Amino acid sequence: MSAATPRPTRRFARGSAVRYVLLSLGAVAFLFPFYYMIVGSLRGQTVGDLSAAVPSGLTGDNYAAVNSAISLGRSLLNSGIMTIGVLICTLVFGVLAGYALAQLRFRGKGAVFAALLLVQMIPFQLLTLPLYVLVVRDYGLGDNYLGMILPFAINSTAVFLFRQFFAQMPQSLFEAARIDGASELRILWRIALPMARPAVLTALLLTFIGPWNEFLWPFLVTKNADMQPLAVSLASFLSNLQGTVANPAGALLAGACVLALPAVVLFLLFQRHFTSTDIDSGVKG
Amino acid sequence: MSVNLDAAPGAVHTSGAAPRGKARRGLSRAGALFVSPYVLFIVVVFAVPLVYTVWISFHRFYFTAPGTDIDSPWVGLSNYRDVFTDPVVGQAFLNILIFLVINVPLTVGLSLVLAAALNSKIRGRGFFRAAFYVPYVTASVALVAVWQFLFGSDGFVNHLLGSHAPDPSWLVNSHLAMPMIAVFVTWKQLGFFVMLYLASLQNVGKELYEASAMDGAGKVRQFFSVTVPGVRPATTLVVIYAIITGANLFSEPYLLTGGGGPDHASTSPVLLMYQKGIEQGHPDFAAALGVVLVAFVMVVSIAARKLTERGD
Repeated sequence: MSAATPRPTRRFARGSAVRYVLLSLGAVAFLFPFYYMIVGSLRGQTVGDLSAAVPSGLTGDNYAAVNSAISLGRSLLNSGIMTIGVLICTLVFGVLAGYALAQLRFRGKGAVFAALLLVQMIPFQLLTLPLYVLVVRDYGLGDNYLGMILPFAINSTAVFLFRQFFAQMPQSLFEAARIDGASELRILWRIALPMARPAVLTALLLTFIGPWNEFLWPFLVTKNADMQPLAVSLASFLSNLQGTVANPAGALLAGACVLALPAVVLFLLFQRHFTSTDIDSGVKG
Repeated sequence: MSVNLDAAPGAVHTSGAAPRGKARRGLSRAGALFVSPYVLFIVVVFAVPLVYTVWISFHRFYFTAPGTDIDSPWVGLSNYRDVFTDPVVGQAFLNILIFLVINVPLTVGLSLVLAAALNSKIRGRGFFRAAFYVPYVTASVALVAVWQFLFGSDGFVNHLLGSHAPDPSWLVNSHLAMPMIAVFVTWKQLGFFVMLYLASLQNVGKELYEASAMDGAGKVRQFFSVTVPGVRPATTLVVIYAIITGANLFSEPYLLTGGGGPDHASTSPVLLMYQKGIEQGHPDFAAALGVVLVAFVMVVSIAARKLTERGD
């Protein structure tokens, strides 16, 4: 917007100061709870008063406490298995479907694409109850990784992203390979996929936060504490296990830090690849 | 931006000679094969449960152990009658409306202002973007833990407010429980909508700003007469997303306000579906409630679309 018209420097400086004040206020509002979470998780006595925002008497005891109450390692492993299962399914089947929808011709293509758009509009939680009846009661997949993964197995938003990305690639790119007799699978693997790396990274990041952060579904299908992902064990700690440790608030915040860390770190690592244009391709849907 | 939804079908094979029948058949097979796992997924995870939920809603349905057969007699609209006469159901839908009335204007206003402020080459752009995005990528369960601590009776915010602190405190106050959830969700999701608006702002023509500046419009005037109308499609999308989020509310009322707040003040339809369907063993009631919720979402979405697109 500085490009609008040449303005006197003073005006410009004031406009940009307003901008910085706004953005800084926003950043404080967004980051303060995280700061509070980290400091609270490290204090020996975690109380709610104002002093809680000041780091003092730091200790790792809260992490040990929450670990003994809900066995963090086991919960993290369960979260990891659930998330990696979803990532693999989305990557393998999602890329195949995205490529087919973008570059291949087959019967029912229009219907599949319409279904893809429709699925994104259905509030997933509405399907939770019938899915619960089917998966837990009929298929017997309660307390089972397959049952945890199933509803998220192929992320439709990711399929849509793949499709948009492959659709931008010119047909002629693949024609030569086809004339040489390469199979579609080979074309996808050797030509299309290497060019789609940014889309793959974005889709993986978007897909990751779904199952990693999901609460309701794994909460329903896992009754056995050994099978619960971290979000579920932490929630049960929050609602009924807090009395079992000396510094409940600190232990809870320590668990929250462990749950938050992987998604935040992944996001910060891949932030550069995660541009607004990628989201915009979703907007156009 | 460079995405064109209509480009793909038909565009295939327009280059070069008409395809030979055999080659086309070969292509078709690969396409159908590639897409089949995804189709199977949609059928198993969306279509079947959707039909099943409608079926359950018209029957007397009990949970049974796998393998046991218990009759599920047809009961017509009886479950729906139960849903419509239950006062808590009305309360839950009212709560969603309260949620939307607070969440939608806050989300649209704050994310648009932040996106507009972020939409230029300024120092620390990457930092601000990341800061706004961090709550969005973080699990609700983790954030709920912090908010309980911040807004608890003996929490940080109340210590800050001293004697001005609300009594009963934020999360256990029947007037404040639902607004707290709306504010929490606004805060958590805002980063996503900032990004959405940022992308949309790229499509607002620079020349519009130049022309309006020429006419003597100040920054504020420009914001309201160029930026706001320019991003209207994104606004429609933000509103639809907010409605879907509202319809999906579960973890926040369940965890943040301890199972739906005092006197169901923050009970949501999905929370009610869980409590009635699974905790109390009335899946048929829950299924009917789910169907009503879908209808509600559709009506509110269409109404919102009409409102946001007015004037186009």
